[in-house]
Amino acid sequence: MGNALLGGGMIGLAAAMLLVLTGKTAGVSGILDGVVRAEPGEWRWKAAFLAGLVLGGVLLAQWMPSTLAQAAPRTMTWIVAGGVLVGFGARVGGGCTSGHGVCGIGRGSRRGIAGTVIFIAAGALTILLLRSLR
Amino acid sequence: VNVAIALACGVLFSLGLGVSGMLQPTRVIGFLDFFGAWDPTLVFVMCGAIPVHLVAWYFARGRSTLCGTEVPAKANHSLDARLVAGATLFGVGWALTGVCPGPAVTNLAAPSMFTLTAMASILAGVVLSYFVPARAN
Repeated sequence: MGNALLGGGMIGLAAAMLLVLTGKTAGVSGILDGVVRAEPGEWRWKAAFLAGLVLGGVLLAQWMPSTLAQAAPRTMTWIVAGGVLVGFGARVGGGCTSGHGVCGIGRGSRRGIAGTVIFIAAGALTILLLRSLR
Repeated sequence: VNVAIALACGVLFSLGLGVSGMLQPTRVIGFLDFFGAWDPTLVFVMCGAIPVHLVAWYFARGRSTLCGTEVPAKANHSLDARLVAGATLFGVGWALTGVCPGPAVTNLAAPSMFTLTAMASILAGVVLSYFVPARAN
């Protein structure tokens, strides 16, 4: 619980620093999108942010290796289908957990609040459905 | 300058993801399992992250940064069909994989069949979204 609050605070601080120092939004799906499209004027800082994420992951692998994902939670067919939906849905909806959930709600955006409520509800229904199929 | 700041923020962001436990797909799936063994971790992560960002937003909105760029003055409040459809599909995918884009990128530091497949599929989804007309409201 304490770790979750501390880690959340670090996530919020990272997004806040990016906002205050550069005016940019730390929405990871938008950042991925900007790098994929080689968005003029934006892709450099976006690529640097992604490099930072991986670098942080390398540090975690050194210091706290158990925090990184170990095994797949489902079969690879589900992972591929789910991954495509994550990337597609985040770009159609204009944000993911970081963009809507942290940066959006973290600026009182009704769009961010609505997006977060919708994807949590859709996720919960999906889990419920998978449960009842078993 | 933007590049160095973005790199540093990316490092702090992913360390936060690791410390909070959100790199684990089981935690995400546990959070979404409201009718089973519910795992509240993500609530605490949000409670840690959002207030910090709100304070920064309150003081910085509409101001110029040291980089000469502007912090947006207004939040986006628009609600449209794209938001509803996109967030719904995102939620379904999030529940299936247990990862969203931030953790997917961070987990590349520990390459495995799972982390590489998840990242590649997310990228494929991003590219697919380019075929959706921008004004599909």
